[in-house]
This record gives sequence, structure tokens and C-alpha cells, in this order.
Amino acid sequence: MKTIPTLGEILQSQGVSRRGFMKYCAATASLLALPPAMVPRIARALEQARRPSVIWLSFQECTGCTESLTRSSSPTLEGLIFDSISLDYHHTLQAASGEAAEAARHAAMQENMGNYLVLVDGSIPMGNPGYSTIAGISNYDMLMETVEGAAAVVAIGSCAAFGGIPGADPNPTGAMSVSDLVKDKPVVNVPGCPPIPMVITAVLAQFLTFGQLPDLDIHGRPTAFFGQTIHDRCYRRPFYEQGKFAETFDDEGARKGWCLFKLGCKGPITYNACATVKWNAGTSFPIESGHPCLGCSEPGFWDKGGFYAPLSTGKFDSGEKLAGAAVAGVALGAAAAVAGRRRQAKYMKEG
Amino acid sequence: MDLLEFARGPALQFAAYILVAGVIWRLVGIIMLKEKPEFSEPRHPGGLMAALKVIYTRSFTAAPFKRATLYPKMLAYVLHIGLFVVVLLFVPHIVFFEGFLGFDWPGLPNNVIYFAGVAAVVAGIALLVRRLTHPVLRLISNFDDYFSWFITLLPLVTGLLMPVRMGVRYETLLAVHILSVAVLMIWLPFGKLGHTFLVFITRGTTGMVFERRGAKT
Repeated sequence: MKTIPTLGEILQSQGVSRRGFMKYCAATASLLALPPAMVPRIARALEQARRPSVIWLSFQECTGCTESLTRSSSPTLEGLIFDSISLDYHHTLQAASGEAAEAARHAAMQENMGNYLVLVDGSIPMGNPGYSTIAGISNYDMLMETVEGAAAVVAIGSCAAFGGIPGADPNPTGAMSVSDLVKDKPVVNVPGCPPIPMVITAVLAQFLTFGQLPDLDIHGRPTAFFGQTIHDRCYRRPFYEQGKFAETFDDEGARKGWCLFKLGCKGPITYNACATVKWNAGTSFPIESGHPCLGCSEPGFWDKGGFYAPLSTGKFDSGEKLAGAAVAGVALGAAAAVAGRRRQAKYMKEG
Repeated sequence: MDLLEFARGPALQFAAYILVAGVIWRLVGIIMLKEKPEFSEPRHPGGLMAALKVIYTRSFTAAPFKRATLYPKMLAYVLHIGLFVVVLLFVPHIVFFEGFLGFDWPGLPNNVIYFAGVAAVVAGIALLVRRLTHPVLRLISNFDDYFSWFITLLPLVTGLLMPVRMGVRYETLLAVHILSVAVLMIWLPFGKLGHTFLVFITRGTTGMVFERRGAKT
């Protein structure tokens, strides 16, 4: 009988040193806000964990989430960990196609009934099942069939978590998020456009280590990564407090790395780990590259006004209605004055 | 639409309509009233200079009333200067005004804003305590006084809480802050907060009438 290798054995066979592995475990513990004493437990659990079966469903999406994950490694340890899960179904990455691909999905579901993880990127069109199909199966039908025997569902990216760009006004396909449709399974949202790869792997690591999903915030996101705003952890925050702001993308403030609030930064209302975990193996994050945060990990970020409109700008209609209010004010004032004059005349007459 | 979107959009929009219509309504209604006929000979011609004089002199405590009014007057100054600094010199607020005025002006560092805001809140609380403990003031105070006090301090307090948070999410506090400003905008033309736009008109009118009648201004 074929023995399924543990993650520890797989990592060893791929040349990952014990030291490197422990570093990954310490980083994961830190990211999940766990005490250092938990590091050996994470290491032991990860070493002994069998490859969990993962079914990755891609619906109305741009493959950016997969790109984010695959390009995160050159190779990084979390990339190898990800390679080491049993990714039994993934449109972009799998070799099989057509009926063979669907057969692989069904086989993974039957063999791991109740234990497999479903990762979803992309939103689900509910306006018409024909808007997005895979092997002739509508996204909705495939999602509901697949999650039936799942241990948990992880919605990867803002489209799966909140509807994302397909769900933006006027939402032509009736796009819905995973949590809008899946009510009887635990759903973890890992939003972002795309999400940080380390966050995806850390959620999987926590599931492997403790057999449970992380604590979630009001939007179903792991609090370890989405507990603080970008603004709270931004290295440009001191400039915000000092009142030093970049006014344009090429002025003195921009060159000096001042706060990007006036250029539309949504950091104050965006909960994500970009400012701490960063991107491209910890190289930088959008604000560090001189661009304001778009707030891509927040629900409905696409419809929250202009990306370059400052957060404190009001959302007013055209001035015509305000002019109408002014005209109404003049009319009311004139009417009040006429009534007042009549009263005055009456009092004067009466002496 | 979440709470913040509602606050930034429809709520602020509606409040702006009421504010504009209400302020113009009050101003036109007062300015178009008939002047009371004067039956006595004018002691002085009155006019604009008389109005400006009273606008200036009423900004300070008159000597005979110094002892009685110095304390509340100082508190009122702290409250008003604090409000001015917070509302007009905090950069995110300047950005808000720039959104519809089309121009901006320099702001101050946040520490200065926080200091001015806290000073204004403390002065506001002290003024309320005085109102509640002063026998005459308490007697002549009504809902308008207390609600105007509340709705002035609420945006200040919610704004000052934002950097502190105290367990409340930033966007929730921001939404509550904007909504409190919206309520303030709606109330402003109709209650005693109307002095925001009436203060110099009423003082000037008083100055002109008093000067004409020969009163010392």
C-alpha cells in the first residue's frame, strides 16, 4: 500500500533545512499572533501533517489570486508548503483537462469526504447560470456540490470574499460572494486584489496545525492579518500626524515619502497586513512604492468612490440640487418675512 | 451601502440641503423684516461704523461686568478658538472643504489639533457645568441650549476618539463622526447655533440702533 508522505518528509526531500523550516514556523506563529512557545507545536504538527486535499475552484476571476500565490516563490518556503498540499483540482495549475479534470475533483471529494478544503477564487454569477460555466456546470452548482463534503471553505481574493470587481455596480452578472451562498460550512475570507500569499498559506498552516480555522473579524477575515488597518501600521503614519502630505505624485512631498492621504489613500479604513507582511518576499507594499492604498481587501472597494479622491471628501451630487435648496430657502425666507411684516403692521396699528 | 458610505453620501448630502435652505431662509426672513419706526430725533447718525464698533466692543467683556462674565467668556473663547482650529485647520477637514470649494489652505500638525480639540471639549464641559449650577442660567435654559451643546461637542468627541479608537473600528467611528456633523448641519440654522451666521448681523443691528438712540456702545 502506498504511504502518503508527511509535510516534513516532503520538505526534507526538497532540500529544506531544519533551520529554514523552523524559521517558517516562527514566522507563522508571529503572523498568527501566537506566543513563541507555540512554534515547536506548529513545527511538530506541520511535520506530521498528511497532505490535505485541496480543491481550488475558480469562477468569475482574473487568475490574479493564483498568480499572486505562484509568483510568491523563487522558491520560498511557504511556496513549497503550498506545493505540498494535495491540490487535487485547479483549472490553471492542473495537467488534466475535460472529463479527467472533473473526475479528479469527484475522486478527491469521495476519498476525503468531510476533510478536504475548498479554496475559491472569483465570484459566483447568479443572474444567469450561463454567464460562467466549467465543463458545462454552472459556477453555483459546482460550488454547492463541492462544498457539501468539505471541512471548510476559504474564499481567496476580494471577488470570492465580497463579490469584487464582477460585483461592482451595476453588477451585470448578479455576482455573489461565497459567504452569500455557503451557509452551512465554515467560510474564511482572505480578501485582497490579490491577497497576500503568506496570508493564504498561514491560514492553511493554522488549519493543519490546530485542526481549526483562525479567529475571524466581522467580515469573516482572520483577525491575525486583518485586525489592524494599513494606516495603523504604515511607516508613513508619522507624516500624517505631522500634517505632511504629498499633493501630487511628483511633488516634493511625494519624493520625500510623505503621507499619501491627499492622493486618495484608503489605508485608514483598510484592514490588511500589507504594511507588515509586505509583498514580493517582504520587499515592499503599494504605499512604499509611492501609490495610495486602494482598500482592495474591503467589501465593495470598487464602488467606494474614486481611488484618488481623499477619504475625507464628501460624496455630493451636482451643485444643481444645492442651488435648488438655496432657491427654496429664499422662497421660505420671503414667505416668513411677508408673514412677519403683516404681524408688524398689525401690532403698529393696534399701538 | 455600509454606514460610512451612507454617512459620506446621502446623509451629508441631505444635511447640506437643509443647511443651505435653512440658513438662507433665516437670513432672508430677518433681513426682509420691516424696520421699526423711530419717533425720536437721532442722537448720532448710526450707520456702518456704529455696527462695526459694536461688533468689536462686544467681543470683549465690558468693565462693569468683568467679574461676573470673565470666566464664561474665557471658556467661550477657548471653545470657539478650539472649534476654529479643529474644523478649519485639520488637514482631512481642509481636504473635505477643498472638495467643493476648489481651493485649500495650510493645515496644522495633528498634535496641535488634538490639543485644541481637547481644550474645546474641556471648555464645553465647564460651560455646561456652569449652566447647570448657576441658578439663573439654569432657569432660563431650555432644550435648545442643551441640544445645541450636545450636538456641538459630539463631532468633537467622536473626532478625538478616532486616533484612540477604544476598541471601536475606525470606519464606524468615522461614520458616527460624519453623521454627528450631519445632525449638526441640520440643527444649525434653526436653534441657537444660528449665531454662527447671525452673530455679526445681530450685533451690528444692535450697534446701529443703540448709536442712534445715544447709548454708550
